[in-house]
Amino acid sequence: MNWLKNKDTLYGFLVILPSLVLLGIFVYGFILQTFYTSLTDWGRDPAQALSANPQIRFIGFENYRELFTGFVDARFRQDLVNTFFFTLFFILGCLGVGLGLAIVLDRSPKGEGFFRTIFLFPMSLSFIVTGTIWRWMLQPQGGVNQLPTLVGLPKGDFAWLTSREQIWQVSWNDLPFLTALVVSAVLVFIALGAFRSGERRRGFIASGSAALLLLWAFTLGRTLQPLPYDEPHGFNLAFIGIILAAVWQMSGYTMALYLAGLRGIPEELREAARVDGASEWQLYQRIIFPLLAPITLSAMIILGHISLKIFDLIFAMAGADNAPTDVPALLMYLTTFRANQIAKGAAIGMILLLLVAAVIVPYLYSQLKSEVRR
Amino acid sequence: MRKFLLALVAAALGSLAVAQSGRLEIFSWWAGDEGPALQALIDLYKKRYPNVEVINATVTGGSGVNARAVLKTRMLGGDPPDSFQVHAGQELTGTWVVADRMEDLTPLFNQEGWMNRFPKGLIDLISYKGKIYSVPVNIHRSNVMWYNPAKLREWGVQPPKTWAEFLTTCQTLKGKGLEAPLALGENWTQQHLWESVALGVLGANDYTNLWNGKLRFNDPKVVAVWNTFGRVLDCANKDASGLSWQQAVDRVLDGTSAFNIMGDWAAGYMTTTKGLKPGEGFGWAPAPGTAGVFMMLSDSFGLPKGVKNRANVLNWLRLVGSKEGQDAFNPLKGSIAARTDSDPSKYNAYLQSAMRDWRNNRIVGSLVHGAVAPESFMSQFGTVMEIYLSGRNAQAASNAAQAIATQVRLGQ
Repeated sequence: MNWLKNKDTLYGFLVILPSLVLLGIFVYGFILQTFYTSLTDWGRDPAQALSANPQIRFIGFENYRELFTGFVDARFRQDLVNTFFFTLFFILGCLGVGLGLAIVLDRSPKGEGFFRTIFLFPMSLSFIVTGTIWRWMLQPQGGVNQLPTLVGLPKGDFAWLTSREQIWQVSWNDLPFLTALVVSAVLVFIALGAFRSGERRRGFIASGSAALLLLWAFTLGRTLQPLPYDEPHGFNLAFIGIILAAVWQMSGYTMALYLAGLRGIPEELREAARVDGASEWQLYQRIIFPLLAPITLSAMIILGHISLKIFDLIFAMAGADNAPTDVPALLMYLTTFRANQIAKGAAIGMILLLLVAAVIVPYLYSQLKSEVRR
Repeated sequence: MRKFLLALVAAALGSLAVAQSGRLEIFSWWAGDEGPALQALIDLYKKRYPNVEVINATVTGGSGVNARAVLKTRMLGGDPPDSFQVHAGQELTGTWVVADRMEDLTPLFNQEGWMNRFPKGLIDLISYKGKIYSVPVNIHRSNVMWYNPAKLREWGVQPPKTWAEFLTTCQTLKGKGLEAPLALGENWTQQHLWESVALGVLGANDYTNLWNGKLRFNDPKVVAVWNTFGRVLDCANKDASGLSWQQAVDRVLDGTSAFNIMGDWAAGYMTTTKGLKPGEGFGWAPAPGTAGVFMMLSDSFGLPKGVKNRANVLNWLRLVGSKEGQDAFNPLKGSIAARTDSDPSKYNAYLQSAMRDWRNNRIVGSLVHGAVAPESFMSQFGTVMEIYLSGRNAQAASNAAQAIATQVRLGQ
């Protein structure tokens, strides 16, 4: 009990104790409870679903199996694909727009402060407000579709939020195979990097795993089919409207991050590069962008977890029932509170938690590690 | 000093308790255009019991789509509203009564002499194992097709009598440059259309058999329903999921579309909100293929177990079930009274026609509005609809519906 002797440590511990207890109960305790619920059959029997003292049986991972391979849960699988595309375009959009704005503002144009506020402002709104405004603007009969008429063109007829068109369709059955391909590509990339920096052991392990994974993908991976039939899933065009609104809201945030990063780059570095004869493009490509990489990573983590758990924006823009713009968080709400399938709702919640954890945990790990090193 | 303070706190708490006993919280989804009807009932209640503070806890969203989720969290959290609106039928019995959350209202029915005032079929619908669990306030018809008489004359078409005829009329109207002869709204109104198509294609017998388990969803007859439904959808507007049911009705009124299939709360909207005269401003016919059948749904109020103001709730239920209450509520709501002794002269032309049909027609229950299937089925039927809309595969949708029916033990 060495730390008890140090009074400061004791006080410190006492000060954070209440929040530790609260976190323990209301975050981690409830996560465990949700996990347990997801392993039961709560809600299968309508008579037990909402009774005061429901009889609940333990059924293991049955709910998860149904979600991924069950016949009636096609909507959940489409939602996962939706989340993937939404996350991808949302992050790319925010990073691209944010970086562009930051570079422009970094050149200190007139009224920089004014523009900085303008661009950062959308972030102060809640997603519900953003969603409501954009729903008005994306009405099929008005708003954005009327814009071309201002310059004398025929009005647009893009069904921003109600389109049912899907592009880039992939069968759910091909997913194990495709995932293996992507993972082995990443492994090969890691291996190449390792060889280049002379870490031969790491390189061999990475390339070996890649080879094994590829072997599996082309032999067994092709035969592993979760569903007995082909079920195509793709990118719903109705998401374009949602992505527009989300990017509008969050790109100001990435702009602020990037602007801080750009301002943090010492002028000497740029001047040195210019003296060495670097063109403006080379300056950005070789000096500035690499220095901005850590910022990009943090922004990706923040945006990534926002997009995985997004609920309110879509609820406000398209409603909970509009399946083309459905995401797992909305489905969790519908499954639990409308269909009374409480255990299955909990299972969807756990899958969401895993997805968010997959984004956050490696980041936290690397952050903690670098802090320790310091 | 401390004792004095304690006494003060006790007195404050005591007065609070008294104040609370004078409350009544009514939970419903009647807002906006349906609000005035509820307000009429509440006003009546206030006149009878001026000391009771009525809290109108409304959660907006057509057909209760949002209200039911809020209700569930409140019930599971042990904070039931004093009385809540629920569709009579499986939505009540299959969700709340089987879960043992409602009080038996049979004594109230006997006491008020309601047993021969409400039709027997309706009492069966709100009963579970011989006990009655809610007080129906109105009857709505679900299978109505609305149109604009002046516009139909202009286009030279008649309201179609069957779905086959509807599809021909649809082609005629498309030929006249009408983009979407059928106006359709968001998700639940699409399911609403489906039940009318199903009734029209299957007929009343097979439609009823669907809900008692005698006709399976993967039967070729039901697959045929999906096929017809798909062709009907081709006549509808593409931006359906962005429209509320009111906006869909508006499209018929302004002549963008020719027909709309919606329950007869649309009549309430067109007369009360839009100020139109039944028969002139808007016309109606049974949904194609469903003449002589009345697809009904009924809103009702129940008494959850463990409410704070039980006596006030019983008074509320007495008012809801009374002739006076029903005749104040229904003409504004655009529905007919659930009681058989209501005064027809208080109702407009449309509602009088609905009253006649209610007495003479064959009665079947609505799916989307909670009469024939429990909530667990209704809600997942939305997923079935999506399976159909994304792939237009009738067989796959039928199989999915059957899988869900098996899972929730429909008809058992």
